[in-house]
Amino acid sequence: MSAGPSRTARQIAEGVRSGQLPARAVVDEALAAIAAGDGQVRSFVSVQADVAREQAEAVDRAVSTGADPGPLAGVPVALKDNLCTRGIPTTCGSRILEGWRPPYDATVVTRLREAGAVLVGKTNMDEFAMGSSTESSCFGPTRNPRDATKVPGGSSGGSAAAVAAGFVPLALGSDTGGSIRQPAALCGVVGMKPTYGLVSRYGLVAFASSLDQIGPFSSTVEDAALLFGVIAGHDPADSTSLPQPVDDVVAGLRAGVAGLRVGLCRELVDDVAPDVAARVHQAAAILGAGGAVVEEVSVPELRLGLSAYYLIAPAEASSNLARYDGVRYGLRVDAPDVAAMNTATRTAGFGDEVKRRIMLGTYALSAGYYDAYYGQAQRARTLVVRGFARAYERFDVLVGSTTPTTAFALGEKVDDPLAMYMSDVCTIPSNLAGHPAISVPFGTGTDGLPVGVQVLAPALGEAVLFRVAAALEAAAPASGAR
Amino acid sequence: MSRPTGSDRAARPRVTSDPVTGDWETGHWEMVVGLEIHCELKTATKLFCGCPNTFGAEPNTNVCPVCLGLPGSLPVLNRQAVELAMRIGAALHCDIRPSIFHRKNYFYPDQAKDYQISQYDEPINVRGWLELPDGTRIGVTRAHLEEDTGKTTHVGEGGRIHAAEHSLVDYNRSGIPLVEIVSEPDMRSPAQARAYATELRAILVATGASDGRMEEGSMRIDANVSVRPRGSTGLGVRCEVKNLNSLRSLGRALEYEAARQIALLESGEPVVQETRHWDEETGRTSTMRSKEEAYDYRYFPEPDLVPVVPDQEWIDRVRESLPPLPSERRKALVSLLGGEVGDAQLDQVRAVVDLQLDGLVTAAVERGAAAPLALARAANEVATDAERGARLDPASFAALLVMEEGGRLSATQSKNVLLDLLAAGGGDPEQIAKEKGFEAMSADAVGEAVAEVVAAHPAEWEKFAAGDDKVAQFLVGQVMRRTKGKADGKVVSAELRRLRG
Repeated sequence: MSAGPSRTARQIAEGVRSGQLPARAVVDEALAAIAAGDGQVRSFVSVQADVAREQAEAVDRAVSTGADPGPLAGVPVALKDNLCTRGIPTTCGSRILEGWRPPYDATVVTRLREAGAVLVGKTNMDEFAMGSSTESSCFGPTRNPRDATKVPGGSSGGSAAAVAAGFVPLALGSDTGGSIRQPAALCGVVGMKPTYGLVSRYGLVAFASSLDQIGPFSSTVEDAALLFGVIAGHDPADSTSLPQPVDDVVAGLRAGVAGLRVGLCRELVDDVAPDVAARVHQAAAILGAGGAVVEEVSVPELRLGLSAYYLIAPAEASSNLARYDGVRYGLRVDAPDVAAMNTATRTAGFGDEVKRRIMLGTYALSAGYYDAYYGQAQRARTLVVRGFARAYERFDVLVGSTTPTTAFALGEKVDDPLAMYMSDVCTIPSNLAGHPAISVPFGTGTDGLPVGVQVLAPALGEAVLFRVAAALEAAAPASGAR
Repeated sequence: MSRPTGSDRAARPRVTSDPVTGDWETGHWEMVVGLEIHCELKTATKLFCGCPNTFGAEPNTNVCPVCLGLPGSLPVLNRQAVELAMRIGAALHCDIRPSIFHRKNYFYPDQAKDYQISQYDEPINVRGWLELPDGTRIGVTRAHLEEDTGKTTHVGEGGRIHAAEHSLVDYNRSGIPLVEIVSEPDMRSPAQARAYATELRAILVATGASDGRMEEGSMRIDANVSVRPRGSTGLGVRCEVKNLNSLRSLGRALEYEAARQIALLESGEPVVQETRHWDEETGRTSTMRSKEEAYDYRYFPEPDLVPVVPDQEWIDRVRESLPPLPSERRKALVSLLGGEVGDAQLDQVRAVVDLQLDGLVTAAVERGAAAPLALARAANEVATDAERGARLDPASFAALLVMEEGGRLSATQSKNVLLDLLAAGGGDPEQIAKEKGFEAMSADAVGEAVAEVVAAHPAEWEKFAAGDDKVAQFLVGQVMRRTKGKADGKVVSAELRRLRG
């Protein structure tokens, strides 16, 4: 479908910063690629061509006057459509936000602008980030650039596909239960979820506040590290933002894995498809060959993750999504009184999956059920944290699969929510624990579709995480059509 | 609690506590009241954003993404609000504890996020008490932080939501910091409930935490009311009464609601637990929400905020920085008056403390003024303009009172000079009195004027001399007229009585 991006983000930034490469030419190239290819992929829900060209020209002017244009100078970036952009529609893939233009930029958007990045458009997603295939969007599904009959994964499927299709070298997504790593794996790109609290959530439309985290998509591990470095850091506007300085993750990227203790996590391998599991074993072997001490480890608590997640996330979502009531912004369906207007608006504005989770979450928090559901899920979450803590006494990182299978067919799981939920089984534990994790493309399955190997690290373990990811990338078999 | 059994009732005299006479201290039925009082904190900005905390701005001008609950916005806790909440806790003798915020979920148009960020089972202040002027202690269960909602105005058909043509919402109030102070069900009469609310208001004002203005809604009262046979220790089924916009409403609503419950119980009907709306016009309460319709708020810990853990040093600093509380200040005034005071003076003491004029009285007494006179002038004359009174130079006030006490100015003249002092914030009372032509009348001059009046009005004098005190007022008036108000009324009366023998 595409040859992939002709240049990495690092190459573009270097070229633009040195004055060799006009940012305007870069963005024109990206816009042309989108115009030519996105009719089929449908990764974008809106493209801000004029704004992007203006931004690129501003970067070029800065370069010509000798000002520092920033570390991502002229790099086209796509944003998942749940990141608030001032004056630009932000829909979350939902009808209910029809017509809403945020009056403010998300903190990550501000940081990208300040870093000289060029924001080209907003990408498709499962409605309110609830889904694993980008099929629940009110704009219709995005297709997997590796195979147009397959889903790109989700919920950040648009961002993953935009990078995989070569439209942009970088994109941002959000990861609540795997929504960055799972589509990255299915599309054959790099996708990373940072430690909870390292990237400000201010301006990220909330799905499940205690789990949501913004993170990068890219074609290379180095580009992901570069983008992570730009968006991470304390933000006083987010009370859960961590105050400490962020490690430089780019500097040590090529330090190799010699001496690192790597746990091959059985719970993230045993239950996945054999061809995918084979790739994970192959990846572990490569790390071993690189000097890492690789051992199998079992963390049985991780098996509690999926059910805990499907109580905690809907519970928080049921509260976070209450504000879409037709009173202040977005869709309003008129009715004789306020309560009827609320009901009519929400009935028309939300899709089935969102309604399902609101009901699930409302039930889980209800008087008399709270302790059995939400309370119990929180206790399970604590066990997941303890399981990880025990494993990280022995290991620097864990590796496993990102997903149980390679990309599945469009429509295959839309009528089977539980099967859909299972796609996140390998990614959810890191969200529950607030730990960082990354998916690195690592060859293909027997169907020729990309496989993602997941590297997991303890909280604030980003430096070692990227280092292991870079080592895997360097030795990875080709992962698709590229 | 169920209604009293037949034998129970037969065994007791059929005396119902009477809402007309307000006799809730005796009688068969006892009223049990707990109050939930919300007060707005006097912070510079809102609880979770930087919007100004002011009253009366144009609708929807003090708003931002956070207090409008726009998608993607996040709350950041205001440190000053935490400190003021701690001041309230300290003043109410509460334990000040590590606390967390919860979300209280319910749909309402003025609730920007359709949930309220509030404190639930881990509030910042717990287990305190408040002492009423008569020495009764009312327990304080908790005093927790939460955000206010916006304000909805229903247009058309009496302002209730059901019949309104449309509703207007002003989010200026959305996110204003509140402390909700929940009392134990320790009050037994409307008078006691009013005394509690009055005292709490005085404490809030004294600590600088809130301005306690009920008319602007910065202090709002909900009452939980039940009744029980006097002597029983269980609690009756309670109703929560809302929309109490003044202390007067509070008293009236409690009278009405308790009488309603008693009437039900006496006719064999149960009291149903529900939320009731007080209607000031009709003087009745009516059902707002039954127990079945009560919201399930689905509280859960607010994931967008972190726990509030004030360190001991901060708590100590807050406790140490508390000003003297109204109860202590009342005691100080009473001891200034010699320790024993009557009801009339006790009322003056309360008024002076409520109006923050006790400092003025104390300072005047320290400068030689007589305590009873200083108290009376503060409670009556200065109180009419307490704001200016607070700025009045105590030395000027004291000098004036010394002149009056020494008989160099009549009460009328003294009050007249006091007005000038209040207007200017102080001044030399000697000088002002001189400019006004006020001068001390000698006892001889007063005696002369009285003799002249007696001579001029023989009929009235005879009646007075015969013991008819009703004409005293007339005779004093004539003397005042003849002396152009310079004579002291009290001195004139004394002279008249002396002549009568």
